Amino acid sequence: MSMPEPLLELNDVSVSFDGFYALTDLSMKLYKGELKSIIGPNGAGKTTFLDVITGKVRPTKGSVTFKGQSLLGVSEQKISRQGIGRKFQTPRVFENLSVLRNLELAASPVKNAFSLLSSGLPQAAKEEVHRIMNYVGLAPFATVKAGSLSHGQKQWLAIASLVAQAPEVLLLDEPVAGLTDEETLRTAELIKSLAGDHTVVVIEHDMEFIRDLDFDVTVLHQGQVLTEGPLDKVKADPRVIEVYLGPPEQ
Amino acid sequence: MKLFQRLVPWILLAIALFILPAALDDFRLNLFGRYFALAITALAIDLIWGYTGLLSLGQGIFFSLGGYAVAMYLMLNTKSLAGGNGIPKFFENYGVAELPFFWKPFWSPAFTLIALWVIPAVVAGLVGWLIFRNRIKGVYFSIITQAALMVFFHFFNGQQKLFDGTNGLKTSTSELFGQLVGSPDMQVLFYRLTVILLPLAFLVCRYFTTGRFGDALIAIRDDETRFRFAGFNSVPFKTIVFLVAGALCGISGALYTVQSGIVSPQYMSISFSIEMVIWVAVGGRGTLVGPIIGATVVNYLRSLVSEALPEAWLFVQGALFIFVVVLMPDGIYGWVTNGGLRSLLAAFGIAKKAKTYPSLDEEAVPVD
Repeated sequence: MSMPEPLLELNDVSVSFDGFYALTDLSMKLYKGELKSIIGPNGAGKTTFLDVITGKVRPTKGSVTFKGQSLLGVSEQKISRQGIGRKFQTPRVFENLSVLRNLELAASPVKNAFSLLSSGLPQAAKEEVHRIMNYVGLAPFATVKAGSLSHGQKQWLAIASLVAQAPEVLLLDEPVAGLTDEETLRTAELIKSLAGDHTVVVIEHDMEFIRDLDFDVTVLHQGQVLTEGPLDKVKADPRVIEVYLGPPEQ
Repeated sequence: MKLFQRLVPWILLAIALFILPAALDDFRLNLFGRYFALAITALAIDLIWGYTGLLSLGQGIFFSLGGYAVAMYLMLNTKSLAGGNGIPKFFENYGVAELPFFWKPFWSPAFTLIALWVIPAVVAGLVGWLIFRNRIKGVYFSIITQAALMVFFHFFNGQQKLFDGTNGLKTSTSELFGQLVGSPDMQVLFYRLTVILLPLAFLVCRYFTTGRFGDALIAIRDDETRFRFAGFNSVPFKTIVFLVAGALCGISGALYTVQSGIVSPQYMSISFSIEMVIWVAVGGRGTLVGPIIGATVVNYLRSLVSEALPEAWLFVQGALFIFVVVLMPDGIYGWVTNGGLRSLLAAFGIAKKAKTYPSLDEEAVPVD
């Protein structure tokens, strides 16, 4: 029995911004279909970790490979087209496009400027857009400009756009920041429904949400993996308690 | 009502084509021809700035390239302007005996008709591609386009032996089809040509701003990084619209040159390129009707004010710009489609702001 090849692999990755290390020798493997939550205190390097994978930041040292191919020096759009999609920390939507147009742009299977001029969106993609829009409950707002949606609706539109992009790997940076309890619960359901077909990484602060998701948890601290495992085991780890709550009083 | 709305563009076109030439004297008609020529530049700037978020302060480059192309053709093909050796007289003043090589193709009318938009398009495409692929955007893009404008200005201004330098090329005394370009009949012809080309430019801009390509342009303006992360390369999109805008500016410059009677390095002055941006801001950016209104209204005002108080125009223009930016952020067209006078009164606290969901928060704002 041989070990399956990891889908995404980071090896000894360090990122230094003018001498400050946001990531230090970070190594991580992500297998196909895996669901992972990443937690960590502020400044642990969670967002930088996503920046490195998605091509926004080039690591100072180390390697990043997707399906055995290096991602170093590959542009953001090419990494995205290879099947790695990302939702940003703040919900970033195209504010002056309607909800429908936001999703249709993301769902476009061709990304070339000339084909956007000459051809319409294929029927299959249109149907997929409507399915996703109904699923996240944004169908009544199809013609509303994304800029006038509420914060929660923008979060969902951002997640829905990502799903419409049909990536293999979804990287979600704080998908429930600023959402109400009920919205958080529904977002957890939405993300869990993606499991199976997709590989999902969720970065989050909200412990309740991570419990709802029931994914394996990786704790980042000072740019390194502190520990990994199920949430209850991780929460009981004295090192985790220390970085979150400070050293125990003597 | 629907039918009427669909007829409006045709009515306006008919008025511009048949009624204005009959109603206005030659001088006024020529001025309107110039305004409509400038409106094509305003459309181009709206395409790149209003829709794509690229604030270019260097469109004068492409405008002038179109103007010089047509002026060079007219100079070469007018016998009365030729000196002893059969080339334009001004060359003699600088002791140039032989026509510079790049003037030669402009003997040909076919070449000129193509060159007056292809040359600006190629220059714009090349400059744009270099800027965009290096991910220069925002203020830096504006500064670079302005710097490029200064380079072109100094080149055309300093090269007497190539372009008659600061004097520019005079087209009003040149001949076309055996007639003086400056003659009333020719001017009416150019006016009509402009009136036909302006709606075509409008349609070109509409082709690029509607549909999925147009969505992509707005997406680039709203959040280019996010656009990249959706798998799109923004460089070709931006290069294409910048190139198209360059071509439109070239056509605009050529039409303006034959109607104003001269092309000179002044068309590449910094202030003129900034004025172009003001027309779009005043008319309403992000709409295709706005820039046409803006270019026409501002330049018409300019003519009126300059005739009455020659020194006052710059003050009026500055005041107009401030007025529009503060009180009509969406320009004249956006203002009219968005409540008109009512919103203006509201800005002064005279009328109540319209209630719009979700900002039904009048109670929350203390009323004094």
